[in-house]
Amino acid sequence: MTVDFTWLIGGPQGSGVESGANIFSKVCAQMGYQIFGKREFYSNIKGEHSYFTVRISNENIHSNVNDVNLMVSFDAETIFRHFDEISSDGGIIYDSELENTDTDRVRTLDGPFKERLHKFLESKNKPFTIAGVLEVAKEKGVKLFPVSFKSLLETLSDEVDNPRLRGLVRMYNVLGVSLSLGLIQMPSASLVDSIDDIFSKKPIIAEINKQAAHFSYNYASNNFENFNHNLTGVQKQSDTILVQGHFGTSLGKMVSGCRFQSYYPITPASDESVYLESNEILEIENDRPGSTIVVQTEDEISAIGMMIGAALTGTRSSTSTSGPGFALMTEALGWAGINEVPIVITLYQRSGPSTGLPTRHGQDDLLFTVFAGCGDFPKIVYASGDIEESFYDTGNCFNYADKYQIPVIHMMDKFLSSSVVTCKKFNSKKISIDRGKLLDAVEGEYKRFAFTADGISPRSKLGMDNGVFWNTGDESDEYGHITEDPQIRIKMMDKRMSKLDLALESIPTTQQAASFEVHDYTIISWGSTKGPILDAQSMLKKEGIDIGFVQIKLLHPFPTEHVKSLLKDAKVLIDIEANHSGQLGKIFKQNITRDIDYHILKYTGRGMTSTEIYDSLKKIVENKAAKREVLSHGA
Amino acid sequence: MALKLSDYKTDVHNDWCPGCGDFGIVNALQMALAEMGIERDKATIFSGIGCSGKTSHFINTYGVHTLHGRVLTFAQGGKLANPDMTVVAVGGDGDGLGIGAGHFVAAGRRNIDMTYIIFDNGVYGLTKGQASPTLKLGEQTKSLPSPNTNSNVNPIGLAVASGFTFVARGYSYDVRHLKDLIIQAVKHKGLSFLDVLQPCPTYNDVNTRDWYAGVDLAKESMERHSRIYKLEDTRFDPTVNYAGEVEVNEKLSQALIKSLEWGDKIPTGVFYKNELVSPFSTRITDNIPNYLENPPAKQTISNNGLPNTDISKILDSLDV
Repeated sequence: MTVDFTWLIGGPQGSGVESGANIFSKVCAQMGYQIFGKREFYSNIKGEHSYFTVRISNENIHSNVNDVNLMVSFDAETIFRHFDEISSDGGIIYDSELENTDTDRVRTLDGPFKERLHKFLESKNKPFTIAGVLEVAKEKGVKLFPVSFKSLLETLSDEVDNPRLRGLVRMYNVLGVSLSLGLIQMPSASLVDSIDDIFSKKPIIAEINKQAAHFSYNYASNNFENFNHNLTGVQKQSDTILVQGHFGTSLGKMVSGCRFQSYYPITPASDESVYLESNEILEIENDRPGSTIVVQTEDEISAIGMMIGAALTGTRSSTSTSGPGFALMTEALGWAGINEVPIVITLYQRSGPSTGLPTRHGQDDLLFTVFAGCGDFPKIVYASGDIEESFYDTGNCFNYADKYQIPVIHMMDKFLSSSVVTCKKFNSKKISIDRGKLLDAVEGEYKRFAFTADGISPRSKLGMDNGVFWNTGDESDEYGHITEDPQIRIKMMDKRMSKLDLALESIPTTQQAASFEVHDYTIISWGSTKGPILDAQSMLKKEGIDIGFVQIKLLHPFPTEHVKSLLKDAKVLIDIEANHSGQLGKIFKQNITRDIDYHILKYTGRGMTSTEIYDSLKKIVENKAAKREVLSHGA
Repeated sequence: MALKLSDYKTDVHNDWCPGCGDFGIVNALQMALAEMGIERDKATIFSGIGCSGKTSHFINTYGVHTLHGRVLTFAQGGKLANPDMTVVAVGGDGDGLGIGAGHFVAAGRRNIDMTYIIFDNGVYGLTKGQASPTLKLGEQTKSLPSPNTNSNVNPIGLAVASGFTFVARGYSYDVRHLKDLIIQAVKHKGLSFLDVLQPCPTYNDVNTRDWYAGVDLAKESMERHSRIYKLEDTRFDPTVNYAGEVEVNEKLSQALIKSLEWGDKIPTGVFYKNELVSPFSTRITDNIPNYLENPPAKQTISNNGLPNTDISKILDSLDV
């Protein structure tokens, strides 16, 4: 029997929603389930509403769905914002102390939301209170599980004779998680381990949390009435890991030999750099330890400057940033282009323009990235579709950078960075390291930008014996000295730009784009939409509707021939992207001169669910869709 | 084979204006490299944008001509990845104290073991003489439509306040003295800064070679009354001799006060020197003990085309 269960935990930022979700995910993963979790949060440190949805299945899943089967909340706002997402067979565990709370008491409920909610409750003839919205849910069939978190703690505190526990609201998250696990009868064996893991640096806190977990788990088992969803565990799949969004690129960087990373703090990219720094000493097979130098710079301009400086020494170097930071880097990006410096910029997109929705998802930077920088220069733009893929793609990106001596922008996004998923254990030996024409020694006269048949010159590195060269952001001769000679200009421009053709010829087509079947109706997309698209595709397949999907990974230079051949049998093209203007569609049209028939777009800052995509695809197949379907699910 | 001065010269045509102060700085830099016997392939000159930015092309070592204002960022990255090489960054005062001022301050906080030389002439020469950050308020150089409306940056004071641990000033027409200062700066353990007064004969008609030489002051007597004097000829002791708040504060304050001296008397030489502040490399080795023996540029990252980094412990911790 298929298990497909979605759990949601919400609360004010800083109340432990994330650690709660991590414990829950870990427990479920250890019971053999596949996990797809996603965090949503405001640009705020404390107080605003944040929530985490964890989807659990015994099959491979790649996305969230619209319906939530169980919600646990220890604050009123979570209930006000999400009560209507609970499925008719679902349930809500909530703090019974909140029943009389009205919307005006929740100061973080913003005006437009409150207005919509009031209108809705008025139409249902309900009061503007928690009791009111819960009644609406109950009428739909949702089961309610009221529990006073306060008295739960008081009883526990008496039972274990620890007065400190009374009023420890910091523990509400663990109470909520354990109540949920008790309700769905998830075996609790791994709950204790998971708590130990999460609080590994704080043993005393771990101890009281374990007491609380045990107590509330039993409370739910003994006091809550039967629930429709029992998840008692399934056969574990071997070689499965539970990873956070940035683990793919950070571990990929370690394995690929990236030894220098400079960065300036920005959401949602900084987690990667902080993780690299936390693991800065590296184990090296049969050798002394290696290390990654991680430098927090004064701004993103400095981050890219330092990275280029480090790359010139032959060190694989990188930075990680988001749209606004990347915008600041574009002048130096051109410098790396004209000087043929291999660098990798990991671009964790968020929703723009400008500061935009700083903690929300978006894929709005594709056109900007492809065209970033002044002047004509070659670069590679590459996008990963999920976390597992991003590990291996990181390896490829460093190889592209070295082989073509070119800046590479590896596009990721907030949807990926704030996901927590199970996936196949990363295999380092599937990553190869190709440094291209990087030299170890120089004999005789050396010209850094020597004209060669394939446009790539042997590359010396700063500090290497006999390898002296010059760089300049001006046009240069073969030595790297400034020139304004028109004939050399032509040769140098041609040399550099020819690398785009070389890349297209030599990057394996399997790395350029991935085809997940092609049918009359076929989707084209890029990046993190992959997960929800795959899930929507299989939902439709179960109904006998075949939809194709081509995921384009190499976005610049655009793999025109390969994509054309993949799509030759597709009759109706559907472009799916998390941006307003259908940016991939524009690039596609520019290169393939073929029209996109439908766009499915989302720019609320919230990631797409497979349900939404399924709904839109179905409308398209039934010929009921608009040419431009705009999605809006999610609080 | 011992290196000669000529080994550090390239045959790139130098297109600076006749009489440009930059020539003296390039000569001093080449002389310093030769005197220290630094191998050509063990030094990198990073440069900014503008007339001074071309410097790296005239010196026969690794040369990286970067972007306007960003020279320190490239240079620091290079030095951190390959700490064995000698790194000298050069650029104009507009480059380092205008567009690049943020990097200037941040570099001071890091104290990476390298040298930064500012070619200080008060104008943006290559864009035809606009006022640059060191030009004094109310001064009007040749191509300004009206007198300068901004106050000047005090490069020495800013360097001292930002945390540079060696701060000195040279004069581009006193090449030997400048060469000595460069040697001291390069040998200094930490981030060293040299402010080099460098008359722009084409656009700065206020702070000219004659002005620095005090020709105007000497009108009556026909004697030369150079404005430039050397701190080492006075009883000024720039060195922080022991770690202690009183000592450090005293040396910092006297450097700041000295940096304000301008007009008829302009000090050159070392204003401040403190080797008791940990260089950045020490701060790294506190966390990564073998950083200096096995820096990023020297690490082996693969074995027969396969990665040699072992992340299995991390992966095991993620097992479910």
